[in-house]
Formats: sequence, structure tokens, C-alpha cells
Amino acid sequence: MTPPSAASGETAAGGGAPDPQGRSLWQDAITRFRGHRAAMASTWVLGAIALLAILVPEFWPNSLDDVNWDYLESPPTTDNLLWFGTDVNGRDMFSRTFHGARISLAIGVLTTLVALIIGVAYGAIAGYRGGLPGDLMMRLVDVLYSLPALFFVIILVTVFGNSFLLIFLCIGAVEWLTLARIVRGQTLSIKEKEYVQSARAAGLSTPAILLKYIVPNAIGPVIAYVTLLIPINIIVESYLSFLGLGVQEPYTSWGRLISQGADEIGNAPWLLIIPASFLAVTLFCFNFIGDGLRDALDPKDRSR
Amino acid sequence: MLRYALKRLVVAAPTLFVIITVSFFLIRVAPGGPFDLIPNIDPAAAENLRKAYDLDKPLLEQYGNYLAKLARGDLGPSLAYRDRNVAELIAEGLPVSAQLGLTAILLGLFGGMLCGIAAALRKNSAADFTVMAIAMAGVAIPTFVTAPLLTLFFGLHLGWLPISGWSNGQFTHIILPVVALALPAMAGIARITRGSMLESLSADHVRTARAKGLPEWKVVVRHALRPACMPVVSYLGPAIAGAMTGSVVIETIFGLPGIGRAFVEGALNRDYSLILGIVIVYATLIILLNLLADMIYGWLDPRVRPQ
Repeated sequence: MTPPSAASGETAAGGGAPDPQGRSLWQDAITRFRGHRAAMASTWVLGAIALLAILVPEFWPNSLDDVNWDYLESPPTTDNLLWFGTDVNGRDMFSRTFHGARISLAIGVLTTLVALIIGVAYGAIAGYRGGLPGDLMMRLVDVLYSLPALFFVIILVTVFGNSFLLIFLCIGAVEWLTLARIVRGQTLSIKEKEYVQSARAAGLSTPAILLKYIVPNAIGPVIAYVTLLIPINIIVESYLSFLGLGVQEPYTSWGRLISQGADEIGNAPWLLIIPASFLAVTLFCFNFIGDGLRDALDPKDRSR
Repeated sequence: MLRYALKRLVVAAPTLFVIITVSFFLIRVAPGGPFDLIPNIDPAAAENLRKAYDLDKPLLEQYGNYLAKLARGDLGPSLAYRDRNVAELIAEGLPVSAQLGLTAILLGLFGGMLCGIAAALRKNSAADFTVMAIAMAGVAIPTFVTAPLLTLFFGLHLGWLPISGWSNGQFTHIILPVVALALPAMAGIARITRGSMLESLSADHVRTARAKGLPEWKVVVRHALRPACMPVVSYLGPAIAGAMTGSVVIETIFGLPGIGRAFVEGALNRDYSLILGIVIVYATLIILLNLLADMIYGWLDPRVRPQ
């Protein structure tokens, strides 16, 4: 057990206190992460939003599309639990905001998962294979980089339609480029390590080496980047929904709510301000957590 | 310098070619065609339309034809606006988008640098914290939130500025869209400038400049600013890409007749040839502007100047 004083600051995590028991890299990282106040606070806030996103759609008495005829475009009020007011059609914004949270967060996480799988596989293969094929693979990444992701996503969504699953796949299929670069860089140095050579000497197949030795050791910087990719993907989905190319009725997402709020901004500013605030807070939280993880997982960089 | 630019242009050509190819095949392998959106269309009529637009030919032949036409500057007919061709539509929208985008980039660059320098010179003052807090918000809050908020305040609440439309680029109509589009770039550049100014203000050569008794403004402008510009210039590439993405949203919100809005309408109408044409224009612009940013970088820092 770490004494409480040791957990309180980054100096202790730096290894100043003598520790009789060995600590793993991950335990170290967790201690350092806990010392990062903004990241810890963000974790709690994000956890609360995620919990509400899970619970509100299930248990809230006003559902997503119940129309409150007496409260059309009503500002926030305590009547009928309409805490966030209602939209043009008298639908409860509290319920809609957290339905939107559910979809925005789900899209953020799942698209990142798709990007993670593609990016890690592509980067590890390009780095491990090396040579001309590896270089060509990375040249393709460079080329795709030259156009902003949103344009490719819009093409994909236009072409393949904007059903739910396809939006996940489309955003994920575009946002893997940076991950591929990070993993390739890591792989290039890892593949020269002795344990990889010994694995090769022991006759392990290339896929096994990649899965067992390369990817687990390259994952540190990847995790930090992933927490930054989730908010990027949430924004991409919001852009799509805002432009009318994202999720469609009856579903809703923060981008869609903001788009509907923007139309009514003169009469009902809360329709824009509430979902926009939740979106902004969520983005901030992910950024702080990403910073915290980067500091925690990269001991070389600890001096900052 | 000229040779370097030419060399970069030679490298840029295959990049553009790959983007055109990838986009072309992505769009053409799609299930369903652009004419599926016409309600109750007769299958025979749809077939005729496909024939009229050469969509029934083998894919490779279509691709070859497209490239051959493209080399002559012909981007093909628009599939949604039946009597227009893509080149015309782009020629109409591009000046609007260019005016919007360039003004926003310049505002973001100079506004951001001024804020960043001011914040760095008064480090840890109230002004510094204000600028940095606004910059943080500007980086994190997407344009589709700031634009309606700006409209609400300056357009509807104060009534100072028109809230939509272009009116041939009239000054009052252009202010709100340009500011909304410039904010993220301005915020990013302010943060970067502040950081690099703080670094260069404590550098040895600046201390020397102060020691020899130069007036403060000369120290800042002549000695501290030049090295502090480097990170800003390398941020220009991402800032330009961000402004292009942002312009799609801004043009839609403010109803400006630029290519960004045409792109979104093309996507909603499945106007494949229009989308492809606009992507090509965007890609070309981004490659050229990045080249320009790199050349400015080389001009500012002789060490990276190619021999």
C-alpha cells in the first residue's frame, strides 16, 4: 500500500520515496494520474454525464418524444420535471439532452474503437514490415492527411447513407491516420528490441509477434491519443448532424440538438445553450483526461 | 527558393492524383445512384438518365473519361442541377468562399498574434488570464455553437449586423461569418504565440538587445517576435484545414453562396459530380496553401531553407 502522502503529488510519483515493494508501470501511471487534479475532476464529471446518459433515457418519466401540449417551447421550469424546458414540439429537453449524450458519447467511443483497430493494425504492419511496402503504406497516409477528415466523412456518408452503424464505420474509417503514424513510430523502435528478436528466433509467426510483443508495448502513447480522438469524433459527428447528414429522427445527438437550437435561437436560446454547454464540458473533460494520461503514461516527459 | 517550390509542386501532383482517384472510386462504388432520390421514378427513365450521364459504362472507362475531361478543366455536368455544369457552379461559389476564408485566416493570424504577444508581455496579469481563457474556449467550442451565439448577440440582441446572406460581400454582411470562422484559428494562434513569445523573451539574444539599451518595442518587434513566429507559421497548415472545414458549416449557417454550402447541398442531393469537383478544388487549395506556408517558414528561418 502506498502511504497517503506519497499519492498526493508528482514528486512522490517521481520515485523520491523508497519503496520496498516493486510497483508496475501501470500502478505508477495510476498514481501519477491521481495526482493530476484537472484530470481527476474531469473523470468524475464525465462519469456523471455518462451515468445520466445511461439512466435518464431508461427511467425519466418524460420520454424522448412525448409532447407536452401546454408547454410548447417553454423555458426551463420545475413543472412536470421540465428542468431544461421544452423544444418547439413541446418535447422535454432534459430527456432529449441525455438521449443525445448517449448517442454522442457512444459515437465518440465506438468510432474511436474502429479507428483504433484500423490504425493500430495498419501502423504496426507498416512499421514491422518496413522497407518499400511499409513506406508506401505511410505515403498513402500522408496523402490522405492532406484533405481534412470531414470531407472524406461527408463523401462516405453521402455514398453509403447515414444509417447508425455506417456513421460509426465512416468516421472510424477516416480518423485512424494519426494512430497509424504513432504506432508505426513506436513499432520501428520496438522491433529492434532483444525480446522481439528472441521471439523471432523462437520461431513465432509475424502475427503472433505483432499481437504479443509489438502492440502491447506501443500502447502507451496510443491510449493518450485515444482520449483526444474521442472528442474529435464527437465533434465530427456533431458537424454531420448539424449539417443534416448525421443521425436522423427519432434519434438525436448533441449536434442535432444544437442544430435545432440554432434555428430557434431568437425565441428559445436554452435550446442551443444547454446541449452546447454539455458538449463543451464533455470536450474539455476529455482533453484534461488526455493531458493527465499523457503525463501519467510517459515517464520520460515527467519533468514538465 | 523557386526550385524548392517547383520540387514541392512535383511531389504535390501525385498527392492530388491519389486523392482524385480515391474520391472517384469511393463515390462510384456506392450502392444506389444519384437518381434514386427522385420520387416514383420509372426504372426505364432512371436507366436513361444513367445512360445520359455515362454512368452505365464500365468503371475504368468512366474514370479514364473523367481524367481526360479534368485535364481540360471540365468537371462534368451537375447531376442535381440539370442544366448546369460543375465548373460553372464552382466558379460561382469559389470567390465567395475565398473571400470568406482568406479574410478569416488573416484575421485569425493577426488577431491571434496580437492577443498572444499582449498576453506574453503581461504574463500572469488579468489581461493574460482573460485572453487565455477565451482562447481555450475558442479552441474547444466548435464553430456551429459560436456562430449562432454571435448571431444572437450582435445580430438579434444588439441589432448591429445582418444575420445572414451575402449581398455581394458587403462589409456588414461579411463581419459575423468571418469572425465566427476566424475564432478557432485566432484562439489556437494566440496560445501558440504566447508560448513561443515567453520562450523567446527570455532568450539570450533578447537579453543582449535589452542590455544594449534598445527601446522595448524594438526589442519585442525586431528581436523577440521573429523566432516566436516559427511555431505560428507551422500551425498555419492545420489552421487552413480547419478554416476549410469550418467554412462548410459557416456558409450553411449564414446562407452564403460559397462552395462549402454547395458541397453540403451536393451531399444531401447525392450530386456526385459536384462533390467530386469540390473535393478536388479543396484538395488543390490545401496543397497550394501548405506550400505557401512552408515557403514562409523557409523565408523566416534560414536554417531550413533548401540549398
